[in-house]
Formats: sequence, C-alpha cells, structure tokens
Amino acid sequence: MKRVALLGMPNTGKSTLFNRMTGGAARVGNWPGITVELLYGKILLGSDMVEIIDLPGIYDLHGFSDDEQVVRHFLHDNVPDLALVILNATQIERQISLLLQLKQLNMNLVLLLNMSDEAKKYGITIDSKKMSELLDIPVFKISGKYGTGYPEALQAVTRALRYPTPGMADNLRSQLEQDQHIEAEMARVLKQAVQIPARLPDNLTEKLDRIMLHPWLGLPIFFGIMYLLFQGIFLFSQPLQTGIAEILSWLRETALAPLLSSLPSALQGLLLDGIYNGIATVAAFVPVIVLFFLLMAIVEDSGYLSRAAFLMDALMAKMGLDGRGFVMLLMGFGCNVPALMGTRVMRSRAMRLLTMLVIPFSLCSARLQVFVFITAALFSASAAPVVLFSLYLFSFASAIFTALLFKGQFKNSEPFVLELPPYRFPTAKQMILRGWLEVRHFLQRATTFIISGVVLVWLLTHIPFSAAPASAGTLSGIVGTLLHPFFAPVGINEQLTIALIFGFVAKEIVIGSLAVIYGLTGSALSGALAHQLDWVQAYSFMLFTLIYTPCLSAIATLKSESKSTGFTVFSLVWSLALAWLVSFAFYQSARALGY
Amino acid sequence: MLMSTLASLQTGDIATIVSIHAEEALHQRLLALGFRCERQVELIRKASFNGPLQVRVGTTDILLRRNEAAKIKVCKQ
Repeated sequence: MKRVALLGMPNTGKSTLFNRMTGGAARVGNWPGITVELLYGKILLGSDMVEIIDLPGIYDLHGFSDDEQVVRHFLHDNVPDLALVILNATQIERQISLLLQLKQLNMNLVLLLNMSDEAKKYGITIDSKKMSELLDIPVFKISGKYGTGYPEALQAVTRALRYPTPGMADNLRSQLEQDQHIEAEMARVLKQAVQIPARLPDNLTEKLDRIMLHPWLGLPIFFGIMYLLFQGIFLFSQPLQTGIAEILSWLRETALAPLLSSLPSALQGLLLDGIYNGIATVAAFVPVIVLFFLLMAIVEDSGYLSRAAFLMDALMAKMGLDGRGFVMLLMGFGCNVPALMGTRVMRSRAMRLLTMLVIPFSLCSARLQVFVFITAALFSASAAPVVLFSLYLFSFASAIFTALLFKGQFKNSEPFVLELPPYRFPTAKQMILRGWLEVRHFLQRATTFIISGVVLVWLLTHIPFSAAPASAGTLSGIVGTLLHPFFAPVGINEQLTIALIFGFVAKEIVIGSLAVIYGLTGSALSGALAHQLDWVQAYSFMLFTLIYTPCLSAIATLKSESKSTGFTVFSLVWSLALAWLVSFAFYQSARALGY
Repeated sequence: MLMSTLASLQTGDIATIVSIHAEEALHQRLLALGFRCERQVELIRKASFNGPLQVRVGTTDILLRRNEAAKIKVCKQ
C-alpha cells in the first residue's frame, strides 16, 4: 500500500485536514523507529487504497525537540511515497523553510497552503502558480476548515503517487544541515512570489488580546473561563452519567438478572457484580470525556490555551510546569481521567509526565462525594465547610509539593517558546470528531484494565463464598488484617481498610462498600461511623482517601497515556507513600496535642 | 541607537535583532520561528508577575520567557 505522510508546522490546521481526509476513521498505530504512536487512516485515492499518517507538527527538520526527532526517525525508517506538506499561508515567509528542507531530501512532495482565506484578510497575496513553477512541485491553496481547494489537491496527490518513489538518501542528517542553501532559496521564492505588508493591520485578535491578556483583567477572565468550562463539563455530564447508570441497572434487573438466575450464585455475582459492574464503571466515564474534549477543543482550537499559558506561566514555571499544565490540573478537580488525557497538548515528554504525576492529587467530584458523606456524619454543620475547604488545600499542597520535589527528575529540556496563534472559530465538526476520537481511545485502552480490576476486587471481597461479602472472613478481610500494622499508626481500622480496597476501583463506591461492610445504609451508616470513629480518625481516613490513588480508571489512563508501566507504578507508589506520610503526620500530631 | 536585550525592552518598543546567544536547542527553535539577525521585533506585551513576553517577528506572535529573551541582543531604534 502507498504511504502518504502529512507534514507541517504546529498550528497549520494539519490535524483538521487529516480528519477531513480520513473522515474520522483514523486509528492509532505504532511504527518502526519511533516510540510514540501516530494517527493513521486508509482512504481510497483513484483506484488504490492509500495510507495517510499524521506526523507531529514540527518547526524544523534539524530540531532537537521530541517531535522533530520523531519525524526524522519516522521518515528515515518508513520512507513515504509522498509527503503532503501543509503550510500556514499567513506565515508563509517563515514556514516555507520546512518545505525546502524536505525538498532537499528529494522527496515526492505536494504543497498545500492552508488558511488562504485568512491570509487574504492580512493582505498577503500568494501566486500559487508562480510558486509551483519556482519550486517545481504542485502547490494548492486550501481552507482545511471550509474544505475549499480540497478536491483539486486530492487529485494532485493521486497523480503524484503514480510516479515511482525516489530513493531517500541514507545520510539524512548531513543533508539536513545545508541551511545556507535553504536561506538563499527562501529569499528567492519569497521575493518573487509573495508580498507582505510592512506592518500587519490591527485586527480582531489584537483587539481581543488587549482585553484577554490585560495586565490585571487577564487573570480574572482566565479564572472566569475556567469556571464556566468546569461547570459546563460537570453540570452537563452528571445527568448523562445518572441516565447511563439507570439504563444499565434497568437492563440488569429486567434482562440480565432473570437470564442468569439459573446459574450458581457465585457465578451470578462474578458476572453481574464483577464484569457487568466493570462495564458500568467504564460507561460512566463516557459522557465526561466527550464533554471535556468538546469544550477543550473550543479552548484549544480558538487559540485561548496558548493565552492561558501566557497568563499562568509566571507561577507554573517555578514548579517546572507550564500554563497549559495548570489548565489540566484545574480540570482534574472535576475528573482526573480526561485531564490526564488532555496533557497530550504538551509536546515535551518530561513536562507531560510531571503534569500527569500531579493531576491525580486533584480532588475530583467522586472523592468529594465520599468527603461530603463522612463530613456530614462526623462534623457539625458549621465545621463541615471548613473541613471540606481544608481538604481542597491539602489537594493543592500535595500537587505543588510533588511538582517541586520531582521537577529535577522530570527536567524539561524544551525551551518555552510558543507561538500565539490568532483567535479562530472552532468548527462543530472538529469538536465532535475530537470528542468521539478521545472516547474511542479511552475505551480501547482502558476497558480491559478497568474490568479486570473490578473483577479482582469482587473476588477479593467474596472469596471464600461461605463468608459474608466484604467481611473479615473474606480475602479482603485477611488483607485488611495483614495491613493493620501499616494502617494502625494512621488511625484507620480494618473495616475502613477494606473500604480503601474498594476505593481503589472507584471513589464512587466507597460509601456503598461501607454500607456492605457495616450492613447498614443511609443515616444508620452515618450513625455507626460517628459511633465508632472520632473526628481525628475520620479526617485521617479522608486525607488518605484524597491522596492514595485516584481510581482504577485514572491508573489505566496514566498507563495508556505514559506508555510506561514503570512510570505508572512510580506514580502509584509515590501517592501511596505521600498519603501514608500525610495521614501519619496528621494523626500522630493530633493525638499528641490531646485530641 | 541603543544596545540592549529583548528582555529589557518596554511594551511597544521596536528593535532590530543584533545577535542570538542561545544554546543549540533554543537557537534552532528561535531560528525556525523567524528570529534572525537584522530582523525587526516588536514587544507587544509583558505578562504580570514577571511572566513571559509576547513578541512579534514578521507576521508571527511568539511567547517566550524573560530569561530566554535576555539571550537575544537587540538594537533599539
């Protein structure tokens, strides 16, 4: 099958074009010579199936950033039959260098000048025929957003693919270093084919930035936008989540339970409470991920995310992170899973890993449910808000402490030099496609892991089947007893230890698991907890729950996004250790002070 | 004609790049974004709390931190 590589600088609308070409039928795949996964799709061009690969956006073939190396290694080990180069027409005078670098490799090229509609507004005129003559390659003006010029370009690609692939030189590196020739050629082509006004006219972006990046209005606007985004995602996803849960439980009661009623009860439990609940856990994340990426696509594609980096960088730089990391950290307070997936906007692996290490400390809405229940059971109505607020402070403190502690280990080697794109209207199609692709990615990567985890916990809390579920006689009870010396110094008793094992799966089921463990529900459970625990023990338990691990789905996401088991284990061990140390310090000092 | 660095410019200043004294990776990135000797740069704005700078080179707006901007020598008009 012929192979077409999509190449261009960041912010050229390359991904939009890729999605348009593949019609959303893209898959994630691995390639020889590189460790990151790339999106690819197969489409019919002329009479042949052609494989299109979306390479990361790069500024320079010579560069040393992660992405630039990925592209070089990819080209080296997977020589494409054609490189489709996308340049931003509004920035043609600097982006053309990338094309000329590729041309030097004797590659089969087709050039697309994207955003030609926008260039026109800036008064930039490009004579594509003249440019095509000078470069000796097909040149097309297109608008990836509206699809204009697109059919002609595809025809040219089909034609160009008929020629045999020119061999690609082995001494790729040495060829890439001939800068001087490139600069001379750049000047020649630009001088003859492009006219740019000396000073750009004052446009809408400039006017908007005067408000959005205002010295003292910028930050309040940023937090306002974050608040709206947060509310938008989590207010809308909650009813959807409830709806999905209701449908699944209805299906269980009306169809599955009667169907399986002839099976032995242990097998019924495994199928319904293990596997089926595992599927329900996965399904619960679907609405929040779709909404997160729908709205994130607006923030990102509109160009606001780079502005957020500008506004928050002063603070985040001290922690070894950048402003985009802060946006993800904030979103983590709704749900850690999409926030972890969202770190993909960061191109430096070290910084991305550090951000992923920090996000699980964000007090997500599932953990909040646990804290609200326990706080209501053990604290007076006037103390409850203070208790909850203090947990948020602990959440931020754990994140900041972790970032400061490990920023040396995850040293970001990439310079913070970012382009500030003009504001653009994101298209609805782009947003929907993004939501859909991300959900599919999550389902493909995390489903097996999450279901296995739920089944494992079910087995732990039910074997041997003769014992009452989640009681001291089950495996989980035995684990609870074994772990008791470890949890006694932080004031967590054996029943609560079993609840923590459940909490490993999802925080939403912690209260439910306590109901099973104590055999009580609602206010009777609150009463039992209040009777058995004092506030120091309860607070210590909440601190541990906050820090020890987000949930199985977050761990599955951490693993699929970092593609490193070592990093996932490290993140897990570190948060467990930190949880124990914080709870220990709190519990022992509270007791020492006589509480 | 005043020699200084990009980091010490005031908002609205226009200057010409004289030289870039950056390490390999940063140098490559700056070149790719259009920072070259004799090109004009305009300081559009500075972020609060000693945050990054917004600089315009040609048709492109770029964010960079002050310590990185200090590595670019410019000549103010």
